[in-house]
Amino acid sequence: MKITSVLLAIIVAGVFIVVSSALYTVDETKQVIITQFGKPIGDPIVEAGLKFKTPFIQDVNLIEKRNLEWDGAPGNMPTKDKLYIAVDLFARWRIVDPLQYFLRLRDERSALSRLDDILGSETRNAVAKHELIELVRTTKDRVPLRDALLSDTDERTLSGLVPITKGRALVEQEIYAAAAPKVEVFGIELLDIRFKRINYNESVRPKIYERMISERRQIAERFRSEGNGEAARINGNRERELKRIQSEAYREVEEIRGDADAKATGIYAAAYNSSPKAADFYEFQKTMDMYKTVLKENSMLIMSTTSEAFEYLKSMNPSGEK
Amino acid sequence: MAGNNPLEDLLQQLKNARAAPGSNANGTGNVSLGSVGRGVGSGGSLLGGLGIFGLAAVALMIYNAYYTIPSDSVGIVQRFGEYSAEKDPGLHFKMPLGIDTVTILPVKRQLKQEFGFATGGATNVSQNRPDFAQQGQMVTGDLNAALVEWVVQYRIAEPRKYLFDTRNPAETLRDISESVMRLVVGDRSVDEVITIGRQEIETVALAEMQFLAAKYEIGVSIDQVQLKNINPPRPVQASFNEVNQAQQEKESLINAARREFNKVIPLAEGEKDQRIRAADGYRLRRVNEAEGDTARFNAVFAEYSKAPEVTRRRIYIETMQEVLPQLDNKIIMDENAQQMLPLMHLNSPQGVLQ
Repeated sequence: MKITSVLLAIIVAGVFIVVSSALYTVDETKQVIITQFGKPIGDPIVEAGLKFKTPFIQDVNLIEKRNLEWDGAPGNMPTKDKLYIAVDLFARWRIVDPLQYFLRLRDERSALSRLDDILGSETRNAVAKHELIELVRTTKDRVPLRDALLSDTDERTLSGLVPITKGRALVEQEIYAAAAPKVEVFGIELLDIRFKRINYNESVRPKIYERMISERRQIAERFRSEGNGEAARINGNRERELKRIQSEAYREVEEIRGDADAKATGIYAAAYNSSPKAADFYEFQKTMDMYKTVLKENSMLIMSTTSEAFEYLKSMNPSGEK
Repeated sequence: MAGNNPLEDLLQQLKNARAAPGSNANGTGNVSLGSVGRGVGSGGSLLGGLGIFGLAAVALMIYNAYYTIPSDSVGIVQRFGEYSAEKDPGLHFKMPLGIDTVTILPVKRQLKQEFGFATGGATNVSQNRPDFAQQGQMVTGDLNAALVEWVVQYRIAEPRKYLFDTRNPAETLRDISESVMRLVVGDRSVDEVITIGRQEIETVALAEMQFLAAKYEIGVSIDQVQLKNINPPRPVQASFNEVNQAQQEKESLINAARREFNKVIPLAEGEKDQRIRAADGYRLRRVNEAEGDTARFNAVFAEYSKAPEVTRRRIYIETMQEVLPQLDNKIIMDENAQQMLPLMHLNSPQGVLQ
């Protein structure tokens, strides 16, 4: 009884050990190469699920099926225009031929190290063949937005976008085209490679900053001079307007006064010149008025007795008519 | 398993299992096939022990077969590693002993990643990275430098892709985001980046990131790209401020000139009107006076015409009457006394009458 139960337990345990060695699961994210004494056996298993193998003598080697990342270590490299820049790339890759991959690289660490070598050197080649601006800009002939305040004269004074012939996307494609066949032999498909960061090297930065500062200063200076210029223009307008208004006023005033004088003269002439008798009477009357104003106490008047005012002093009837 | 007592072993496993469900995103802490197998092997000597052990194992299996999915998540069930089902929130049953594994993904939660800066207390492990100072440094299309801070809002849209197509999808999204932002900024002038182009950069970057996220099959949907602070590099900031100041200065200079203009010109217009009105008044006066004068003259002349001789004489005499008394010196000479003029006492107070 006791022996039977122990035996049973041993048998159960033995079967269990054999079965658990023969069974294995493949995750959705993995593919498997079965090796027998280190030698790959059969096709790679790419379908997920519960699988069988020969127990004990066969080993399961898990290989990633997902898209994998490669993050290039930032390195300093010179561009065609001799600028040292820090470049950081990233790439996506996946294992399309697990057998090849397993045979050539064994594990991911060595895969990444190969990718470092290949992608790194292709990047250096590509960067060295292009000027910095080709790595920075993408769209050819892009016209930047302009600040409305800066609009009129800026085309000349601002540095603007630097023209390019290729652009970043094409350079990335060049690196991809050069590197993809080289990694193919490892059973790896390179999906994409892109620049993540491109920055000025620390040693270049002060110079870049200096240039930026001088450019800003120049813009600031232009604002100030625009302000002064516009103010001067407004002041000039003010003076012109003032002179115009004042001279217009003078002209109109003189015109009105002349008109008034002319009208008055016309009225007087029309009245006084209506007949010779009227003219004569006017003259007489005005002369009388003049006497009244001209002759004052300190004037001396010498009159003859022949004058009409005093003719009666000598005779009651000087002319003898009456 | 350190203890040689199988019961102790089992209790330890139970403890582990109790702590695991829900708290672990990668399946709910299953007791693996291997460890149970070892337990069976070591407990084979005692039948009674085996019975207790079997009972406990069954209890453990049932306990482990239930799991809950929170309301903002879905559960992805894999049977022997192969995808089998997607479960909605609630209480669910699964096959024990590692046959089914469940991964819970918070698909309804809005997740975010920060670039160029980092706020503390993030529950999302990919929200920020310690090298945020480098993330923000960019070169603009006019070869200037700028510091850009931005946020990407995203959700896990396709759990299967998120889990099975790409390893580290969140990290991939970070790479995409940095690459795209540099691409967009690299195509723009520093003025666009810092001031006027912000809106456009957000729109273009969002579209580009969505395109790449779809291409890379990371199973997330990007909802928003938000630019935070965009600054020139620190040593340059002062000169950018100087430009702003100069802009203000320009405005104030122009305004001062306009003020002077507005102070003077309307006044001059008013003065002009005043002078014209005064001249108008002069004209009215002149014309009215002339008309008055002539009316008076005409009236007098009409009467005069009736008896010119007498009127003339009357006016003459009246005038003389008025004028002569005012004169201090009056000399009336006979018409024959021509030569007496030199003898006159011109200064004598009284008139001399000969």
